[in-house]
Amino acid sequence: MSATPFALRATGVTRRFGALAAVHDVSLDLQRGEIHAVIGTNGAGKSTLVNLLSGEIPLSAGSVQLDGADVTHWSQPRRARAGLGRSYQRNNIFLPLSVRENCRLAAQMQAQQAWKLWQPAARCRFSTARADQALERAGLAALAGRAAASLSHGQKRQLEVAMCLATTPTVLLLDEPLAGMGPEESARMLDLLRSLRAEHALLLVEHDMEAVFAVADKITVMVDGGVIASGSPEAVRADAQVQAAYLGGHA
Amino acid sequence: MDLTTFLIQCLNSVQYGLLLFLVASGLTLIFGIMGVINLAHGSFYMIGAYMAFTLSSLVGNFALALLLGIVLAVVLGYLLEWCFFSFLYEREHLSQVLMTYGLILVFEELRSILVGDDVHGVAVPAWLGGSIAIGNGMAYPVYRLFMSGVCLAVAAGMYAVIRHTRLGMVVRAGSTNREMVQSLGIDIALLYRVVFAAGMALAVLAGMIAAPVASVYPGMGGSVLIVCFVVVVIGGIGSVKGALVAALLIGFVDTFGKVLWQQAAGVLVYVLMAAILLWKPQGLFRQGT
Amino acid sequence: MHKHIPTAAWAWLAAFVLLALLPVLPEPVGSAFHQELGAKVLIMAIFALSLQLLVGYTGLVSLGHAAFFGFAAYTVALLAPQSEAGNGWWLLAASVGAAALLAFVIGLLVMRTRGIYFIMVTLAFAQMVYFVFHDTDLGGGSDGTYVYIKPEFTLFGHRLLDLEQSAHFYWLALLLTAATVGLLALVLRARLGHALVGIRHNEQRMRAAGCNTTAYKLASFTLAGGLSGVAGFLFAVQHGYVNPEILAWHQSGNALLMVILGGIGSLPGAVLGAFSFVLLAEWFQGMTKHWQLLMGGFIIIAVAVLPQGIAGGFVWLRGRWQARRRPTLAAVVPTPQESTP
Repeated sequence: MSATPFALRATGVTRRFGALAAVHDVSLDLQRGEIHAVIGTNGAGKSTLVNLLSGEIPLSAGSVQLDGADVTHWSQPRRARAGLGRSYQRNNIFLPLSVRENCRLAAQMQAQQAWKLWQPAARCRFSTARADQALERAGLAALAGRAAASLSHGQKRQLEVAMCLATTPTVLLLDEPLAGMGPEESARMLDLLRSLRAEHALLLVEHDMEAVFAVADKITVMVDGGVIASGSPEAVRADAQVQAAYLGGHA
Repeated sequence: MDLTTFLIQCLNSVQYGLLLFLVASGLTLIFGIMGVINLAHGSFYMIGAYMAFTLSSLVGNFALALLLGIVLAVVLGYLLEWCFFSFLYEREHLSQVLMTYGLILVFEELRSILVGDDVHGVAVPAWLGGSIAIGNGMAYPVYRLFMSGVCLAVAAGMYAVIRHTRLGMVVRAGSTNREMVQSLGIDIALLYRVVFAAGMALAVLAGMIAAPVASVYPGMGGSVLIVCFVVVVIGGIGSVKGALVAALLIGFVDTFGKVLWQQAAGVLVYVLMAAILLWKPQGLFRQGT
Repeated sequence: MHKHIPTAAWAWLAAFVLLALLPVLPEPVGSAFHQELGAKVLIMAIFALSLQLLVGYTGLVSLGHAAFFGFAAYTVALLAPQSEAGNGWWLLAASVGAAALLAFVIGLLVMRTRGIYFIMVTLAFAQMVYFVFHDTDLGGGSDGTYVYIKPEFTLFGHRLLDLEQSAHFYWLALLLTAATVGLLALVLRARLGHALVGIRHNEQRMRAAGCNTTAYKLASFTLAGGLSGVAGFLFAVQHGYVNPEILAWHQSGNALLMVILGGIGSLPGAVLGAFSFVLLAEWFQGMTKHWQLLMGGFIIIAVAVLPQGIAGGFVWLRGRWQARRRPTLAAVVPTPQESTP
């Protein structure tokens, strides 16, 4: 698709709130075919980082590149249309709408054609096809007609990811997709992530250490807004600083 | 425009601005802390003006009427919060807008039933009558200086309470993070009641001291409400400092506008608002300042 | 290709056909008084429908909608020739266009504001428009101005309607109401409408999916403003007189009330709300000079007790009825709203 190897590249990303630097000088690369996990203690700035990369809040310093293009000053919708999708830590879905409509709306944004008033949205082949594909992928096809509000927590987390998929992104920023999930649901979600790896670049922010080490190709560790280690899972596990700050001394 | 006229218009601007601040500060506090948009706030101002009229004719003494009015306002505010406004906190904005709009209609008609629809005047009390000479044979009314003085005193008092007392600290905290204050075990219901009563009292006081200068008439609540909204939008919701700056700004724009360009005067304030919105959609100052 | 016409469309059609029969019914039902009252209700229905798009479907609570309504009415009064009947097609187009233009300009200024700011600035800008007409000579100041002769709608030299006749005016109002409902139903069925609903439910999510929500909200604001212009046109023609009070914020408040009374997010709700409000106001005004006390009390009680409005009441009743027929958990879950107009 593009010449650059990096689907997403963050360089020196910094965000200050007054005197406090919530994220300080963070750099990382995301490649297609890779799951890059970001871990850290509470308040380490992981969610802020995701918000900065997705464009939800502006940078204080640094730059972000998507497929070679400098998107630092692009709005979130613009980045999303260019292939940068994200899911939220807390369920951020359209509760009163059906599961299918949730995904269809997200998909619609890739080919809006809002001025074509005579065409019913429900018969828009572009968005309904992508919505069905995303639901299939996420394992929610059977629930397509249900109201999103009636789903269980785990199913809502799946819908979060499905909505992200519906926009057919190149890069997925997933903010704690496993949050609040039981073991069976977590295993299913991890399988989904593994299956997505081939065609996408995934950034995974997570707390669940087992899941992270099971699925990640690269891990970046953040503490107090800055990066203290970044590399393969084995390297990170062996890193002394990481062990002291985060893993509590055990491997 | 010569220097004396300019000076007089400046004094008028400050006086009008400070009065607006008095009313608007109540509105912005109530919204900042309780998250309630209260369209009936203008009616409180109207109630104050009518109270000045009825109480001073009843009691015969303006100062006493003021005192009585403030006490009544606090009691009324306390009751109103308890019976009506406390039910609005959980509702979304549309419901709040409509229910307070209904309240305006109720207040207007109650006023009509109790006091009638005539336009009234309130006499400036004798001990505040007269004027101070300001060069060139011009004189500035003592009463207007008194008004500015009262507003400044109240503003200073608010500053002292907000910055230097525990209550003020809770108020500041509450305006930026309601849940946190609740989880600290502070009796949030009582806090809201106190803040609301204070907000209402501020508007009532403003109406009372303005009565001798402006006339007391049926539509006065509506006009002051909308200008207050402009003050809050420009200053930033929940910011008392913002309300002061914005109110003074509007005071100057409106006063000088009326003098320099009669026909456009009513519109200038909104043009100012539009300009500031283009620059800062959230107003000049952040919530809680 | 066989197109499936939804039940709702048949219901609307039936309702409009029935309403069209009013003028031909025998007295006292079909009286001129009822025709005029009916037209008044229909004008308010268009006004409420236009606001429903903005409030009920896009989630933007505007307290300044009367500005566009009034601006359209003034446009008719100012453009209508004084000594002969004006061209109805042109006046309708001009007033709707003017309202839409004003909505677009104000929309540009307010679209970056959110929540409570949005409510306040829409109110403030509407007040500004009020002052422009009240303080200047543009429209005769506080005295207002007149539409001396009702405009004509001619086609190939034939005059289609004689708007001096209450029946003809009633039918015109009915036709325009039907057109408004039709247009809104079309928009809501289309991608634009679905996006607006998405914005109402979760604007952040829409942005995350790639939606330029500011542009969509501006489109909704402009369309809603333009449609209220249809109501403004009819109002000016019916009354023959416009003054700044039609731009007063009480008019905006009434519009919001009609929408919430009928039910947020429902087209029939907007019509029901307008109907209820106009009749209620007439009833209260007939009872006492201090009718606003009754209206104010009614508003407070209605909003407190029936947050979903009349339409919401129907939905609740239907839910209860379905639950009785099939007692399952399904009764608790609200039905998805993506296709019902």
